[in-house]
Amino acid sequence: MEDTETVLEKDAAIDLGGGRGLVSLVRWESGLVILLIACIICGTLSFKYFFTPQTIFFSGLDIGEIAMMALPMTFIIITGEIDLSVASMLGLSASTLGYLFLHGWNIWPAMIVCMVVGAVAGAFNGILITRFGLPSIAVTIGTLSLYRGLASIILGTNTAVGFPLSTLKLSLPIGKSEIAYDFAIFIVMAIVFAVVLHLTSFGRSLYAIGLQKETAFFSGIRVNQIKFRLYVLSGLVCAFAGILYTYQEASANNVTGLGLELNVVAIVLLGGVSIFGGRGTIIGVVLAACIMAALTTWLTDIDVSGEVQSIIIGGLLLLSVLVPNARDGFVRIRALFKRRKVGASL
Amino acid sequence: MSQHLDEALSGAATANPKTPFILKLVRFREFAILLALVLVFVGTSLKNTSFASTSSIQGLLSGPAVIILIAVGETLVIITRNVDLTVGSVVGLSAYLVGDVYVHYPHTPVLVALLVGIAVGAACGLVTGTIVAYARVPSLAVTLGLLYIIRGLDAVIVNAVQINATSLPAGFIGVGANNFIGIPIMMWIAIIVVAVVGYAMRNFRATREMYAIGSNPEAALLAGIPVQRRIFSAFVVSGALAGLAGALWLAEFATVGSTAGTGYELDAVAAAVVGGVAIFGGSGTILGAALGALFLNTINQALVAGGVSSFWDQAVAGLLLVLAIALDRYLVVRSERILRVEGRDRGRH
Repeated sequence: MEDTETVLEKDAAIDLGGGRGLVSLVRWESGLVILLIACIICGTLSFKYFFTPQTIFFSGLDIGEIAMMALPMTFIIITGEIDLSVASMLGLSASTLGYLFLHGWNIWPAMIVCMVVGAVAGAFNGILITRFGLPSIAVTIGTLSLYRGLASIILGTNTAVGFPLSTLKLSLPIGKSEIAYDFAIFIVMAIVFAVVLHLTSFGRSLYAIGLQKETAFFSGIRVNQIKFRLYVLSGLVCAFAGILYTYQEASANNVTGLGLELNVVAIVLLGGVSIFGGRGTIIGVVLAACIMAALTTWLTDIDVSGEVQSIIIGGLLLLSVLVPNARDGFVRIRALFKRRKVGASL
Repeated sequence: MSQHLDEALSGAATANPKTPFILKLVRFREFAILLALVLVFVGTSLKNTSFASTSSIQGLLSGPAVIILIAVGETLVIITRNVDLTVGSVVGLSAYLVGDVYVHYPHTPVLVALLVGIAVGAACGLVTGTIVAYARVPSLAVTLGLLYIIRGLDAVIVNAVQINATSLPAGFIGVGANNFIGIPIMMWIAIIVVAVVGYAMRNFRATREMYAIGSNPEAALLAGIPVQRRIFSAFVVSGALAGLAGALWLAEFATVGSTAGTGYELDAVAAAVVGGVAIFGGSGTILGAALGALFLNTINQALVAGGVSSFWDQAVAGLLLVLAIALDRYLVVRSERILRVEGRDRGRH
């Protein structure tokens, strides 16, 4: 309750600040821009090929699918829910594709089946959460295990390889440019998601749901229907990401994408989306994805091991939830000290 | 909230003879799991007689000890309406550091090694607890970040150097391999922890306050309960138990790299939820969580013994978790309805 109020307060503060010159620049996204520029400068200083098209291509290639899954996740977290099963849905889609391909299917119908599987997986999450009113965190921890398990059942220990040559093109840059396919698709999707979130009544209703579900319901917003659709959307996007991932890796097995849900949540939270719901922007998430890509590339270039990288990513995630609370925390600590002083003087 | 409803309802149910008998039993989650456990066990034994052999049963008992310990700690945290996703990483860190102690001091007594594990875990819990309780940030995000950080730290310390059974004394490995009165030592440790923590959760003021916090944080604060301190202690206990579990993990597997305990956090949450611990806090028992862990592990073993491919493990575990949550929800909705009807009847008289 208290949490919702603070969020409301902050939201109001930002709305009031809008259009007041410099004040309106002080917001989460500006910090992200600075962080991104800092990453790029550091990267260029330590590695002269950092800001070249080739490096940018590989960074984009690595982050593409994860960033894609972060978009529907942003919507879901804004409504105050979560979907931890995203990486398992990606794996399920990849395994389905691999299985069908091994059994001689043509690549196109196989891809359609994958998308249907993703939609069904998302719909299952959605039904459990909206129709039965179950907590999304528990449900999606369950389906994380369930969908990964289904992927294992489908593909066993097999690894599907030998996809048609035409699919390999997806792991190369588009035409003569140096843009990765998955990153380009992510950017297009991000624009669509941004328009839907920020410029349509559907998008506004997501914030309403996240801030106060009951109020949203009594304002005539179909809370459950919208949430259900978001989960189906998440399933579809993850299935699509799974297909792309498979083609880029040129292989699929039952551990494809294992553990990526953490990266996805990390990007969304770093992007300034409140874990309590009701707050966040797509541009923030896009910036966070770029930061993640630049940071990983830079750290890899200066020979920082993957382990240390995970410490840094974890630290960023921690900071992104701590910083918005810092002001409140500071006030509380000051109050604590005041009380101590009063106690001492007594 | 459902805790109170359950209590109120068990009173209502005895007064109302029309409540089906089976529903009354299902409400005692521990009993329901025990029943399911027996059914799975008997069913599998009929299909594969070696499943009921002594050595197989001992395997069934020693396997889940590590998860039971983590699930007990996780239960404390979940009861306060938080979640601790660091436990898997803590198991890994503690397992390696305990092994490292043996590499440098081969004659360390077993008890000291276990204490080292507990200390490592408690230190991690201290950090998590401080951030969650005093910075008042959501535990899901904090522990997700710390999951990365602790695992990364572990991998940096491991630095691709595995610790093997040759570095570990026979006495320590014996903890993971030997039995005492026919039951694995690992399981004895788990039983003792479940008994102690379970007793504490029923009888002590501080632990009852954890239930109050989980049921309604605002009300708990207004009632004068030191909410932050209780949440902090829940995380420290959870960390310490995960640390102990890490030491036992090393005793059981005798080899440790940087991936020990990966994904255990989800197993622990699953065990607790299957065992009837409400994910939104305020309700659930330690015994339930422990039985949940035992049940999930037995199902896995039963699948193997029943000739089902082990690929089914994870899917079945996930499905069970979803079913358990759905069952909980059904019971709560039903309780509310029955209470409403009772209240109306009472009003009429």
